[in-house]
Amino acid sequence: MKILRASRMDRCIGCFSCSLTCARVVHKSLSWSRSGIRIHSAAGLSTGFEAQVCLACTHAPCADACPTGAFSQRRGGGVIVKRDLCIRCGECARACPVNAILMDPELGDPIVCIHCGQCVSFCPHDCLEMVQGHVIKEAIHEG
Amino acid sequence: MKDDRRYRVMVYDLGRQMGKVEYLDTAEGFLGGSGLAARLFETYGRPGDPYDHPGQPLIFAIGPLTGYFPLMSKVVMGFVSPYNSQYAESHAGGRLALALRFSGYHGLVLTGQAHIPSCFVLGHDSLGLLDVHYLWGMDVFKAGKILRKIHGRGSGNRSIIRIGPAGENGCSFASINVDSYRHFGRLGCGSAMGVKNLKGIIIQGDGSLDLPPGKDYRRLYESIYKQMTETEAMCKYHDLGTPVNVMALNELNALPWRNMQKTSDDGAEQVSGERFAADLLLRKTACSGCPVGCIHVGLLREQFAEQHEFVYRQVSYDHEPIFSAGTMLDITNAKDVLTLLERMDNVGLDVMSAGVSLAWATEALDKGIISEKETLVPLEFGSVEGYCHAIDHLCRQTNEFYQTLARGTKAAANAYGGKDFACVLGQEMAGYATGEVFYVSQAYGFRHSHLDTAGYSYDQKAGDKSIDTTISFLLKEEAARVMLTCMVSCLFARGVYNQERIEEALTVIGRRDMAEALPQSVTEVQKARWRLKYATGYDPTQIDIPTRLKETVNWKGPLDENFMLELARRYIVAIEGMVP
Repeated sequence: MKILRASRMDRCIGCFSCSLTCARVVHKSLSWSRSGIRIHSAAGLSTGFEAQVCLACTHAPCADACPTGAFSQRRGGGVIVKRDLCIRCGECARACPVNAILMDPELGDPIVCIHCGQCVSFCPHDCLEMVQGHVIKEAIHEG
Repeated sequence: MKDDRRYRVMVYDLGRQMGKVEYLDTAEGFLGGSGLAARLFETYGRPGDPYDHPGQPLIFAIGPLTGYFPLMSKVVMGFVSPYNSQYAESHAGGRLALALRFSGYHGLVLTGQAHIPSCFVLGHDSLGLLDVHYLWGMDVFKAGKILRKIHGRGSGNRSIIRIGPAGENGCSFASINVDSYRHFGRLGCGSAMGVKNLKGIIIQGDGSLDLPPGKDYRRLYESIYKQMTETEAMCKYHDLGTPVNVMALNELNALPWRNMQKTSDDGAEQVSGERFAADLLLRKTACSGCPVGCIHVGLLREQFAEQHEFVYRQVSYDHEPIFSAGTMLDITNAKDVLTLLERMDNVGLDVMSAGVSLAWATEALDKGIISEKETLVPLEFGSVEGYCHAIDHLCRQTNEFYQTLARGTKAAANAYGGKDFACVLGQEMAGYATGEVFYVSQAYGFRHSHLDTAGYSYDQKAGDKSIDTTISFLLKEEAARVMLTCMVSCLFARGVYNQERIEEALTVIGRRDMAEALPQSVTEVQKARWRLKYATGYDPTQIDIPTRLKETVNWKGPLDENFMLELARRYIVAIEGMVP
């Protein structure tokens, strides 16, 4: 299965089109934070932008930490989220080493990238791409 | 959060440090943005009082489409202008519009005066005032960095706006820096903020809103997004940006140079959009919600010591700043332009008015109307060093001359002489020597801005000199732009957002009522804005077009003064027709 990679964030102009798309399409919201991919200026706007997004672990610590099975390992990397099983305990967010999971301050739900790729075509600078999960794994081994 | 059909407005008294949430019924027909700001000024404004009366409000307003569609990314600021004491609007982008939307508000009204230099903070569940007395006197970039540190919440995607020393010192053309690269630029809004002891404002933007059900909204969003990114519609703004105008205007003999002593120069190529892009463009960035990315950021590299010791700065540039800190001062080196822009921006001056005022001062010095006793430093067209010092004197109002110049070029010309070459059209001119229609439209227009009615475009496109046709264009164009500034769209998107598109957009977000009443509502907003401008002292008989501009010779030949004066007379009548 493919996974989302924010491969070219050095091109990012900070338009938030990706976050707004995830919020609009996946979470049915108007938001730049209720989104699986969240964009931040690195240290003020003069230093460019970073994407806060799931790195598609192949052994996801958030899934391990989830006490109800709401988060489970996704083939190729990342997690599958079953929202109706979630008790909003926040263990997943605490377990994520890169803070990719947001506990929505209003709804209490964990918000994480599901690697659906809806955001990719809305990036005007091709910062984002969908790649094969196993390709990434091999690349890591080669490195 | 539910997207309430009523508008939610935070009204905060800086003196009492108390806020209240007000709800406005949108059925009143004020739409949003320009209309909402005017509506709020009607409630909270004090038309008889000066800008520095503590009760005068600072108003920030967004619109019904903010955040919902691409390029719906601007905020309208309503305030009493320190420049002309009239009700004024200034517009800015950056992150502010979406941050306000995601904080759960359509409007913010700040009244009263903080007891000490302060920073106002607003989020979806937070409100308050921070003591930042230690930032007073600090430039906008240092202040921005410290504001980021002292209020860590929402780090990375909040909006931070702040003033520099020019706004603290009451300069009539001080600006407000918005998220480093954008500005509420004109008519002195920076001093309207400074007089409230307000150094900065942080808007958290930390909430989310529900979307309308159904697929219509999503379909329309995608269609508009494609139009913005896959067609030629926005190419000009994305590619070279507005500086593409430099060469085009220069070739038409319509680019102001050397305080309008000439309208073309062989050095134009050196400060053209093409030159900036080739030599200095570091990167582009965008306002939140805008995939176009028109903000062109230049790299200014300055050696500060021997052995190759450098500092680097990032300076945004556009056509207007290149005109005011470049051609108007006869500067033909792109790096020098960035140097002056960085200085002006750093101290929080409106770069357009600052450049034009220094151009007047240079000519006044050259003609012996003033001496170096007044300017304190030698000012010479084309020479950067003197201007760097003069910018500092202007912002700090070091002596009586700079105190007067800080009230505007016209005020200085009234005091010292040289009115005939004070390039003022309601406020310091914008970068177009296109002729009669532009001069009239800026001089008498609501914001005294080239963006009010596009007179500069009419000058270039229209062949005839029919007064009726021209007036009709100006009024129609004003209405079209008011429609956008009520939504609140970036005006660069005017080729995409026609009335039909706006009606469609309002309908799919569930505001069919607004869509159906759109033309009438726009007319009402136009009237309301003019009503407020007159109520706060607008008197078109006090406005004149300076001799220097009447002497313009461009590609059309010499300016037709009779046509221009008749156009002005009839435009005033047409504007007065909108005010009951």
